[in-house]
Amino acid sequence: MKNNVGREIPDEILNEKGYKTFKSVDIGNPDKQRVAPKVSVTTGDNKVVDSLEDVVKNNVKDGMTISFHHHFREGDFVFNKVMDIIINSGIKDLTLAPSSLTNVMNDKVVEAIKAGTITNITSSGMRGSLGEAVSHGLLKNPVIFRSHGNRARSIEEGEIKIDVAFLGVPNADRLGNANGMDGDAAFGSLGYALMDANYANKVVLLTDNLVDYPNTPASIKQTQVDYVVKVDKVGDPDRIGTGATRFTKNPKDLQIAKMVNDVIIHSPYFKQGFSFQTGSGGAALAVARFLRQSMIDNDIKASFALGGITKPIVDLLEEGLVNKVMDVQDFDKGAAGSMKSNKNQQEIDASWYADPDNKGAMVDQLDVAILSALEIDTDFNVNVMTGSNGVIRGAVGGHQDAATSKMTIISAPLTRGRIATVVPKVSTVVTPGDSIDVLVTEVGIAVNPKRKDLVEAFKKVPGLPLVSIDELQKRAEKIVGKPEEIQYTDRTVALVEYRDGTLVDAIKEIKD
Amino acid sequence: MGIKETALAGTLESSDIQITLSEGSGIDIDLDSSVEALYGDQIKKVITDTLNKYGITDAKVKAVDKGALDCVVKARTMAVAQRALGTTEEPNWEVL
Repeated sequence: MKNNVGREIPDEILNEKGYKTFKSVDIGNPDKQRVAPKVSVTTGDNKVVDSLEDVVKNNVKDGMTISFHHHFREGDFVFNKVMDIIINSGIKDLTLAPSSLTNVMNDKVVEAIKAGTITNITSSGMRGSLGEAVSHGLLKNPVIFRSHGNRARSIEEGEIKIDVAFLGVPNADRLGNANGMDGDAAFGSLGYALMDANYANKVVLLTDNLVDYPNTPASIKQTQVDYVVKVDKVGDPDRIGTGATRFTKNPKDLQIAKMVNDVIIHSPYFKQGFSFQTGSGGAALAVARFLRQSMIDNDIKASFALGGITKPIVDLLEEGLVNKVMDVQDFDKGAAGSMKSNKNQQEIDASWYADPDNKGAMVDQLDVAILSALEIDTDFNVNVMTGSNGVIRGAVGGHQDAATSKMTIISAPLTRGRIATVVPKVSTVVTPGDSIDVLVTEVGIAVNPKRKDLVEAFKKVPGLPLVSIDELQKRAEKIVGKPEEIQYTDRTVALVEYRDGTLVDAIKEIKD
Repeated sequence: MGIKETALAGTLESSDIQITLSEGSGIDIDLDSSVEALYGDQIKKVITDTLNKYGITDAKVKAVDKGALDCVVKARTMAVAQRALGTTEEPNWEVL
């Protein structure tokens, strides 16, 4: 059956799994029932245990759902350590439900799939050897990709029922009070892990830094934690986040960033108290730099910056140009380190950040979002999941969530090498075109024709190179040529949910 | 027509293609490309057509492509063809 972005969703998937197809980016005002975890009551004065093996043996059983967070990113030591024990103990048929999977986890997940330890996966994304393996059919059951907001929703509504959460933290006391701000492996906001701490039946903290009781500020609380396991090292500080994020010198990125800034300041949203979210790519960071000057020149301050936070955003906070930073995740050491000294850098959980079924998520208050794209098609649908060869190599992240902002700007080069970014049809729809408002490339700006108000506003601005998205697509094709079509089999290897849990696309196995 | 000597043109940089011509029978292209699934046939066609314009019908071609556009593929093929034929001092303007 075709959904409302024209993607064919196999009927057997809809029937077997009880899925609905994607209809609309409008969430409406439904009533929703949330679930609650089981609580193993304890009144003792110590949850510290030495043996991770015993914790696994006593708590992880065949068929369960286990979870991890990805705040340590490429410096994560926790995932592989826990998975080794689980694989060696012969446990089978687990569902892996981490907030996302980073490259350091790839080979271990592949090993666990081959061993029959993991038979289901839901994640924000996957890359590298794992993405290749899944795209070539390694996992029998389709992977389910969910945005950060959708993962929060699915946990709250019981679609993801976490039996055991293994959460690495850079500090904890003997009862499990912990935060992400102090310790050798500090990473800042614990935003994604707070969902697991709140909803998992069993919460296991792993830390290399046991501190005096009571540990404050406590992001994860003793009321939520079953075990605290002392390990040698939870992460490699040098690989958790790069040091200083460097300002791009790439002229194409700078040109795009300048044009994005022009779009923002000439939009109706650039006024006192506006809000914005930027990503972590070169062009997005450069936007922060241009936006800073525009805010100073026009004497405009932002009420908040949202999302994954970087040092340039923290600089705006410290300069007084941004009042609050609402922080679900920190991308670099500068942002991670400043949380404890800046009371206006507020840690938020994934639900507060972006859950669509909420009494009010931050993304609903967002004026401007600057997002990236691997591909965008002439209907403004965006792919951030599969590469030009059809192989899984990305993540939904907060893309669908932040795209609900009042003005969502995609910043992307027209082509990357011989790969066109603007295409007739994206290989995988992740974010529906209805929530994308403006595309900025180095050669021109295309406004979604559904946003007549923006078209009118930008028409009056001299020097803004407005073009249609069809023109951009043709221009890209003229440079790189018309590619051959990727060959897939009939087998579905992954499903992409929209943030409300409907199916926006199905990813097929690559034909070799 | 075959070639006179083994020759090479191009680099392994991003958006370039490195082409080596050596003796062989028929045009036999061994292509290694980062965009092979999307543009493999097109790259081979540009190489073959360009070689044919120089009258080369017998050569072994090793091409390592890093996402070069057609104009680059053509330029590198012309360079390698003239080097292989020993005609770099008297370029064939007809082909250009």
